[in-house]
Amino acid sequence: MTEFSFWDILRNLLLAARWTVVLSLVSFIGGGIVGAALLFLRIGGRRWARLLSRGYIQLFQGTPLLMQLFLAFFGIGLFGIDVPAWLAACVALILWTAAFLAEIWRGCVESIAKGQWEASASLGMGYLQQMRYVILPQALKVAVPPTVGFSVQVVKGTALTSIIGFVELSKAGSIVTNATFQPFTVYGLVALIYFALCWPLSKSSQLLERKLDVAHRNH
Amino acid sequence: MSLIAITEVKKRFGDNEVLKGISVDIAPGEVVAIIGKSGSGKSTLLRCINGLETIDEGSIVVAGAQFLPDEVHLKALRLKVGMIFQQFNLFPHLTAGGNVMLSQMVVKKTPKKDAEAVARKMLDRVGLAHKFDALPDELSGGQQQRVAIARALAMQPIALLCDEITSALDPELVAEVLAVVKELAAEGMTLVMVTHEMRFARDVCSRVVFMHQGRVHEIGAPEDVFANPRTPELRQFLGVQ
Repeated sequence: MTEFSFWDILRNLLLAARWTVVLSLVSFIGGGIVGAALLFLRIGGRRWARLLSRGYIQLFQGTPLLMQLFLAFFGIGLFGIDVPAWLAACVALILWTAAFLAEIWRGCVESIAKGQWEASASLGMGYLQQMRYVILPQALKVAVPPTVGFSVQVVKGTALTSIIGFVELSKAGSIVTNATFQPFTVYGLVALIYFALCWPLSKSSQLLERKLDVAHRNH
Repeated sequence: MSLIAITEVKKRFGDNEVLKGISVDIAPGEVVAIIGKSGSGKSTLLRCINGLETIDEGSIVVAGAQFLPDEVHLKALRLKVGMIFQQFNLFPHLTAGGNVMLSQMVVKKTPKKDAEAVARKMLDRVGLAHKFDALPDELSGGQQQRVAIARALAMQPIALLCDEITSALDPELVAEVLAVVKELAAEGMTLVMVTHEMRFARDVCSRVVFMHQGRVHEIGAPEDVFANPRTPELRQFLGVQ
């Protein structure tokens, strides 16, 4: 039987952690783009667009991420397409992230005083101009802390993709455990690595909140 | 030929009819004060003229442009009438100058250099040329409201609507804003103002409209309306017996 040193364990976990980071980035950026599209459908536009966007958000917020992963993994397979685990993981996480970001950002846009809409309308601006030059610049400032805060959820959400066989940090943890029979050491390290990824994000969310002084800003 | 023709305008919020058939004609250069208790519909009427509220019946025509609730007509209407709000509603992320420049560049596609020249001129007109680079947060309420006036003027409207523009100000700041409005009136700008400043209405306005429960109750020259109120409602509102 081969002996594994502590360094062997840590090295393998860190290598796998790269995929957690990549998956988090892809989900967050992709989710941000889809989320922005959902936001525009949700707050402006036509009735059917609002309903569609609202339905989407409720569906993805109202079902477990794990089920969404299963559906992406096995569901697309039903159409005869062989889905690799990484693809299913990316798709499911992007769609999930988008639903939450759209809802967070909607709150931010709606927190902008009604008078800002009225003043810009009375100056002759159209809807897109109001959004682009008046509402979004203010809403973005409000949105930064909760958005960064939510990124922590995305990082932790990637752990679930281990179940459909994507080898990221958690999956690597169970593989290494099976080889070394040292579950406490291994999962302890896994937890620490997640913490090392997430803590700076939470902390920066707090700092940004204070720095942008969102709560004390008056309109 | 009237500049703003309001004919039989009715407006409902649900079951509550707030405007029950309003007809007022406003000639170019007139300064009209709309007075009345809160809930009498005076602010709603003003917001209808600018298209911030839709109307259910009747018509509003500003300088030949009919009010219709689609983006093209609304924009045409809003380029003709500027609006000043009780809460100033300056854009907090832009400087005073930026506030005055934004809509010129975005709506009228004025080049930045020209927009800046206009902004400096308009801020100077309201006595705030030196505050061009100040953010709204750094200005007093009275200064913010003057920037808002400059912002509306920069679009070169043919009429200005003022919705209780001094109500949110500390008493000592009211005078500086009213002085600007008075100057505009003297220059011949058409003004429609909802106001609680009775003395100002008496001194500056050419006509006073008293609204009560969604109707125009009395209308006339300020000396008539204030000196000889004909109806008990207006007498009660003015506190004379």
